Amino acid sequence: MTWELLRDTLFLEYHNTRLVVLGVAALGATAGLVGSFLLLRKQSLLGDALSHATLPGIGIAFAVMTAMGFSGKSLPGLLLGATVTGLLGVLLVLVIRRTTRLKDDAAMGIVLSVFFGLGVAILKMVEKIPGVSAAGLDSFIQGSTALMTESDAILIAVVLAVTTIVTILILKELTLLCFDANFAATQGWPVLALDITLMALVTAVTVVGLQAVGLILVIALLITPPTAARFWTNRLGPMLFLSAIIGAISGWLGASISALYSNLPAGAIIVITAAVIFLISMIFGTTRGVLPRYLRHLQLQKKVGRQHLLRATYEILENSQETAPLKNLPIAMGLLRKHRFWAKGELSKVIRQARAEDHIERRPSGELRLSESGFGEASRITRNHRLWELYLITHADIAPSHVDRDADMVEHLLGAEIVHQLEAELDLSKPTIESPHAIEPT
Amino acid sequence: MRPEHPPEFPLAVHDLTVAYHRKPVLWDVELNIPEGTLTGIVGPNGAGKSTLLKACLDLIPKTSGEALIYGKPYEEQRDLIAYVPQRESVDWDFPVSALDVVAMGTYRKLGWFKRIGRTQKKQALEALEQVGIGHFANRQISQLSGGQQQRVFLARALVQDAEIYFMDEPFAAVDAATEQAIIELLQSLNARGKTVLCVHHDLATVSRYFDHLVLLNMRVVASGPTSETFTRENLQKTYGGKLNLLDDVAQALKNVGRHSSP
Repeated sequence: MTWELLRDTLFLEYHNTRLVVLGVAALGATAGLVGSFLLLRKQSLLGDALSHATLPGIGIAFAVMTAMGFSGKSLPGLLLGATVTGLLGVLLVLVIRRTTRLKDDAAMGIVLSVFFGLGVAILKMVEKIPGVSAAGLDSFIQGSTALMTESDAILIAVVLAVTTIVTILILKELTLLCFDANFAATQGWPVLALDITLMALVTAVTVVGLQAVGLILVIALLITPPTAARFWTNRLGPMLFLSAIIGAISGWLGASISALYSNLPAGAIIVITAAVIFLISMIFGTTRGVLPRYLRHLQLQKKVGRQHLLRATYEILENSQETAPLKNLPIAMGLLRKHRFWAKGELSKVIRQARAEDHIERRPSGELRLSESGFGEASRITRNHRLWELYLITHADIAPSHVDRDADMVEHLLGAEIVHQLEAELDLSKPTIESPHAIEPT
Repeated sequence: MRPEHPPEFPLAVHDLTVAYHRKPVLWDVELNIPEGTLTGIVGPNGAGKSTLLKACLDLIPKTSGEALIYGKPYEEQRDLIAYVPQRESVDWDFPVSALDVVAMGTYRKLGWFKRIGRTQKKQALEALEQVGIGHFANRQISQLSGGQQQRVFLARALVQDAEIYFMDEPFAAVDAATEQAIIELLQSLNARGKTVLCVHHDLATVSRYFDHLVLLNMRVVASGPTSETFTRENLQKTYGGKLNLLDDVAQALKNVGRHSSP
């Protein structure tokens, strides 16, 4: 096994693997698309019950086809059997849900395990049928691309194409169903029929995915791509697109690798690839990823620290000068340290940041002085702080002695638009505002 | 046509009984809601207020009875009604913007398979501006406050341009500014001759907000103009036995005198 071999498989250089790799990539894309709606409808577990319930159908279809004198391993026949018992499983879940007071998860757990157990037993039984070989049927459990023929790949491609077209056609209707089914019903949309259609789409993907991915893992191919995509976007359109791409990449890599190592189950590799993409998305996803969120938090903290420093300096200048206009004079570090509470090491850290941003400069004497831009910024921040304090006092009925702490947190978030609103509300537009409370060093 | 429910009523409910798991939630409800009223539906928790709305909209099966919209069953009159569900009934983490949600109000007229276009987006934006949050049109809905989310739901109802508005607790857990904006909006709808039905919780504001009232506790205790219906006797019948609500009732009764005098 060389890198060339892997590369050639990935880039579809070999005729015998080309169709299989393409077929599984298409499966991944369709699963990502349809799976998004399964996830948004909050029916992932129902999809799992469905896939596990296909196993008895595969065994029964094999037995029936063999008894009728056909080849027991004809894929269309096996998938038909899988569809029948898969849907039977879903139906059973719905019946249990309707007629008993069992919770959904219990109903699905029961159906899932009973059907899977039944399937395993039936497979063992058909293996005992004399004269025929049932070898390879268990590949539907874990998935294998080794036995996939060209005609299988074409069947899969056709089913996937139809599924994708139908999904895109009723995108708007499915979105409405998933977001607010009750509202959809009052608007005359056939909610039950839409739910059945969604289930039919999921069934189609599940059943054609059985061979490549296997029934245990096919649910992961439906659910992992959309959850990964969600970390990158807040919009449905991009989410669907991304989910399809992630599914396709997982299928493509998984099928290529397992085509080279026939003892590696394709399903496992596909799902592992999808999981790696999920992990990357969870950490780096621009919209909801853990790391960008943490960085945004750090940035806000930095901004808050800087603004506190500038305002403290400005207030010290105000306290030490009797006459307007305010002059930008150097002040001693000790004054700043006394002016407000700083956590250990915080003050020197924010001073370092402010110096890096050219807001403050250190004189040779060790004193600090605001730069020209820092002075302007400090006056703006102080003004915003006081605007907000005045707003709280006049409109929110908060005592003047308490507004400082409330304003302390909010002032950093005030945008230009809100400041204008505050000015209008308070009928204030003069450039400097006096503090509504006494400023005392802590 | 039943003589006691003539077709000029926007909503007429006849002999309605609804049961969940064989346990009745609504009993023999008889109601006529007059056209152009701003009607409050008031009663204690579990009184079946939301259930009444949902049963009228065919969202839950009726055990017996019927609800008529201008004399006809609901499925023939869908275009006349806009429904605002409770805010908690949907997942606000759903990956759509405020504008997307409001545009859902245009889907029915749009029909199958067609996507929303410029016209629908414009309508949705206008509705958002009407409820005062046009500048949040492109925000993802989870980034809106509770009050703003409620306004999104209202805007979706406005887009439908209906005659009758069914609202399930639009004032629940919203800020004071939103409450004021909502009531002004309802009053302006009302002024244009629309009928508004509103499930409501806060007894203190009943007489200020609504000109017509339905007091409900599994059955209709009283129904009629607020000035006649909102009485000590009726409130005791509706809330009687629920001791924890006595304070609310007492507070509300103080307000009866305050607001009923012209």
